[in-house]
Amino acid sequence: MEILKNLKYSKTHEWIRVEDGIAYVGITDFAQHSLGDIVYVELPEVDTEVSKGDEISNIESVKAASPIFSPVSGTIIKVNEDLEDDAELINHKPYDAFIYAVELSDPSELDELMDADQYEEFCETEGTH
Amino acid sequence: MHPYIPHTSEEVKSMLSDIGVNSIDDLFADIPEVIKLRRHLNIPDPMSEFEVYKELKSLSEKNKTAISFLGGGSYDHIIPVVVQHIISRSEFYTSYTPYQAEISQGTLQSIFEFQSLICELTGLDVSNASLYDGHTAASEASVMALNSVKKSDTILISEYLHPFTKQVLKTYFLGLDISIVEIKGKDGRTDIDDLKSKISDKVAGLIVQTPNFLGILEDLSEVSKIIRENKKVLIISSNPLSLSILKNSREWDADIAIGDLQPFGIPQYFGGPSAGYIAAKEEYLRKMPGRIVGQTVDKDGNRGFVLTLQAREQHIKRERATSNICSNQALMALASTVYMSIMGKSGLKDVAIRSVSAAHYLADELTKIKAGKILFNQPYFNEFAFVFNKDAKTVISELKNKGIFGGIMLEPLLGEKYKNAVLIATTEKRTKEEIDLYVKTVGGIL
Repeated sequence: MEILKNLKYSKTHEWIRVEDGIAYVGITDFAQHSLGDIVYVELPEVDTEVSKGDEISNIESVKAASPIFSPVSGTIIKVNEDLEDDAELINHKPYDAFIYAVELSDPSELDELMDADQYEEFCETEGTH
Repeated sequence: MHPYIPHTSEEVKSMLSDIGVNSIDDLFADIPEVIKLRRHLNIPDPMSEFEVYKELKSLSEKNKTAISFLGGGSYDHIIPVVVQHIISRSEFYTSYTPYQAEISQGTLQSIFEFQSLICELTGLDVSNASLYDGHTAASEASVMALNSVKKSDTILISEYLHPFTKQVLKTYFLGLDISIVEIKGKDGRTDIDDLKSKISDKVAGLIVQTPNFLGILEDLSEVSKIIRENKKVLIISSNPLSLSILKNSREWDADIAIGDLQPFGIPQYFGGPSAGYIAAKEEYLRKMPGRIVGQTVDKDGNRGFVLTLQAREQHIKRERATSNICSNQALMALASTVYMSIMGKSGLKDVAIRSVSAAHYLADELTKIKAGKILFNQPYFNEFAFVFNKDAKTVISELKNKGIFGGIMLEPLLGEKYKNAVLIATTEKRTKEEIDLYVKTVGGIL
């Protein structure tokens, strides 16, 4: 399982990459692995305002449909349209395939997220699915 | 020992003792005593096979047949014999829906053909494998709309939507925080100003029916413009027969097309069973209820059929499902598929034109003899609301005496505004002689 050092992580298995006040959000290698082959990602709408913890999107695999939560608050400014036709990108390159990008309204929320080491430990204690 | 009950009393006893209870009643210990029925059901004694046959036969003989001018969503069209023949084949008749899907290639192919025909008829991109009836289709389309428009909780419906569709919608959304708001009608068509005034952020979409419940053709140009401008979902309900000669759902810019397939090869029976269709623009594909069959090739390159989106509600989405429809109305949908295939494009057009002409002929003749007047002076399809100068009940009962079902009295269904109004429908099956008999009978009591 791959965990990148320079990213932040949520307990709901999203990764967060921050670039110039914008948070790119995707799901982790751990998450894509437990979901199995991903067949569909329901992308959120651009310009939607989200609060931390909001359920904003759905991801469907051959095994299950799971919600994607927003790990931060802000406004969605971009979604990854490549996923519309090729949802499997998430399986192949989970850390390249961001799902959406949020302009942060409260950057201090980032401090509540886990770093790579904490996330690795979290996954171990979460148990294996 | 009962012939159709597989467990002997010894087996029952042994199963009960295995799980550690004394009697079957013990399994229902959780049910409060006060609500238990402490007596036998009030049903007659058992009968022999022959006695049952005799009883059913005498019941069926109470049915009266007559020349039918009944419509309101269910019409007396000609059904080619081949329809009954094909759907009675045991391969179709006994296996109503494929659970071991891919092993039932024939069933899947028939569903795929059904979907293709519905797409062609409505002009839309995707159709599911069918729903129970047109009313369920309206409700499922509403769910799709509510799931597509964020933070919405309201469905607008036209006043002239079928009253049963309104009832089913009400039942469907009972207990949920969903509002069904009616757009008033104006002279037999949906009122544009009322639609404008009721559009809000909370609205997911509009259900409008054309031909509407009164048989009138709605002009939806303005309606679809308003729905588009406000980014709402346009759901159009149509008698499928009308799509063969009039603007189809796509041409009105429908996002979702729905309707009841009864006019296509399904007898009126006494109100059912029927089948519903639902088709949509591709962007709604993932929100469609039920199942969708797809065509593919196997490893040797041979054509084959699969459940492309199969029972997603059961297997994949589970508690996150947006619909609880997991099946389809396969046998009735097959009847419609066979009907459409047999009739072809020109056959359907022919049926539609003859049904419409008959209605216009009847309305003209009734007007000529001053029996009353058409309720709303608007273009109509194969049925119309006619206000008799006489008490509608008298007219209907006089027609019945002559062996004619004269139509549906509208006042009991729609209220006082419709006093003495009768919804009269014709199909290609009604001959000139039958229509003339209708007119003559009415003339006799004026």
